[in-house]
Amino acid sequence: MIAQFIDGPLWIFSLSVFLIGVTWRIVTILMAGNRKDLATPRGSASAGAIRTVFTRSVYERSAATRGRLLLVAGYLFHIGLFVLLFFAQPHIDFIAERITGLSWTAIPHWAFILSAELAFLGLLLLWIHRLLSPVTRMLSDLDDHLGSLLVFLVMLTGCLALAQSFESLRLIHLLLAELLLIYFPFSKLMHTFTFILSRGYTGATMGRKGVNA
Amino acid sequence: MNEQFEQGVEALRQQIDARISSYFSSCVHCGLCAEACLFYTETQDPRHTPIYKVEPMKKLWRREHTFWGKLGSVFGWVESLTEKDFADWETLVYDSCTLCGRCSMVCPVGNDITYMIRKQREGFSVAGYAPDGMKEATRRALKIGSPMGVTIKTLKAALAHVEKDTGLKIPIDKKGADYMTLFSSMEIVNFPEYIESIARIFDAAGVSWTISSKAFEATNSGIQIGNKEAAAELVNRVVIAAEELAVKYVISPECGHAYTAIRWEGPNLVGRHYPFEVIHILELLEQLKTEGRLQLDYKDSTPMTLHDPCQIVRRGGVVQQPRELLNSVAENFVEMKDHGAMNWCCGGGGGVSANERAEPLRLHVFDRKKKQLRETGVNTIVTACANCRIILEEGIEHNDMDTEVISLTELVADHLTASPEKK
Repeated sequence: MIAQFIDGPLWIFSLSVFLIGVTWRIVTILMAGNRKDLATPRGSASAGAIRTVFTRSVYERSAATRGRLLLVAGYLFHIGLFVLLFFAQPHIDFIAERITGLSWTAIPHWAFILSAELAFLGLLLLWIHRLLSPVTRMLSDLDDHLGSLLVFLVMLTGCLALAQSFESLRLIHLLLAELLLIYFPFSKLMHTFTFILSRGYTGATMGRKGVNA
Repeated sequence: MNEQFEQGVEALRQQIDARISSYFSSCVHCGLCAEACLFYTETQDPRHTPIYKVEPMKKLWRREHTFWGKLGSVFGWVESLTEKDFADWETLVYDSCTLCGRCSMVCPVGNDITYMIRKQREGFSVAGYAPDGMKEATRRALKIGSPMGVTIKTLKAALAHVEKDTGLKIPIDKKGADYMTLFSSMEIVNFPEYIESIARIFDAAGVSWTISSKAFEATNSGIQIGNKEAAAELVNRVVIAAEELAVKYVISPECGHAYTAIRWEGPNLVGRHYPFEVIHILELLEQLKTEGRLQLDYKDSTPMTLHDPCQIVRRGGVVQQPRELLNSVAENFVEMKDHGAMNWCCGGGGGVSANERAEPLRLHVFDRKKKQLRETGVNTIVTACANCRIILEEGIEHNDMDTEVISLTELVADHLTASPEKK
């Protein structure tokens, strides 16, 4: 009964909340509008926006020296999570079966384990840094910790469910993933999408000025 | 509730556009911006973390633009913005931020935190929570025409000295000239050599130029304090004067925020395109050199380094021109470790130099620039902003350093063929 609920209606509900919520958040940001910039540009705003969306993924050298731990942990977590989310065989199968109907080549099992370990290491380092650094401890709020906790639990149960020998572990993993999807649009996890807007706006402004941001 | 405070909150509310919303939505509180801010690196005080400085605006955004904020405000779970927030954050917003823009260059999600702080100042100034020094400077700028109280009489007295020293006639209110030149009050009062330098350079290069007796001041206290009405009024005076004189170009002087004000924010403040172009003095000098109109006769062997003024370089886009110019007059130009768009601020931009209350902190964080200078092993620092120059000189004096500060325009003038320096 519970298994059917998690696998059926709750999955549909959480996916709907995620899709509608993310769209709503992005639309409300865009609807706030920006005034047209009347200053004569020195360079291209659109080229600047596109450039910054990509180049900001590369660390700034002078910040890398002082914030080394944060940057290394950030790369480990984000790259590891991206790889295991989209290139792990169980996830590809799930996406193909439940969402797109399309599948693609998965990474080998050892690469899956490695990416999961790197993502775990990155997340734990980021969380420890959040708790111990005076700066991040002061900045952080409940949302930051709740988001980290949910992602951690989803990853943990995902690893436990890897053997796929216990149906209950798979269901716990799916249930937590669904909770994450429901929480996602109302949280800082939205940066997964809004970073394109924030980098884009800054890149466009700086691009107009002829500065590579 | 205080009416002025309510107006301040309303002014702040109006600043929350798509850009600001995307920035708050994207911030994951990683704190990396702290590592780019000299107020944090030199004090290690977490409150100086750039993104923390916009907490009041975030509080308003969260309450009015997020699901949890809207829901919480219905049930009284979410706090409203209070006067205490403004009072508690005033020093963070004005004393420990020079609007240098370094934090905006390192934020992983691309937040332009400087833009956020600049926008937040709009609310603070309307609410009356701004430093007295900046309020006074803005009042003088609006009433007298200069934040330092410089009048046309003061300028004419300075110009008379320049004419006597150079034998050149300084054109005032010459209609139809190609270029209208602006100055910062600090140049007129503290560094009149700058005026002499451009007079000599323009004479040598055959530049058609003039000064307007109605609008010669380039600085804009309205931008620094965050008062768009005052800022628009100050920009408008320049626009009207340039239109009356029918000039093709307006020259922004060696002053960082003046360039941001007239070049980048100005058209948006007055709400229209200019019928003329704005060019920074360094852009013009580099252009004259490229066109062969600026004959420079020798290179100085003294080792020199360059302090990039934030608003001209990082926030203004004039990055290569100062390097081209300095390389053309200096044999031993040594770049600082972090230079160009990632240079460290002098500590006095964004109105901090006009804020007496901030002086002890400003002198403390000058340690960052001191370390940068020491790494180069050079004792001559060249810059292109009168405000940076005076802040650097004060920091050097305070730290008992043996370092000379030179204006790039003056350096170029000194290397003109048949310069009076060599006669």
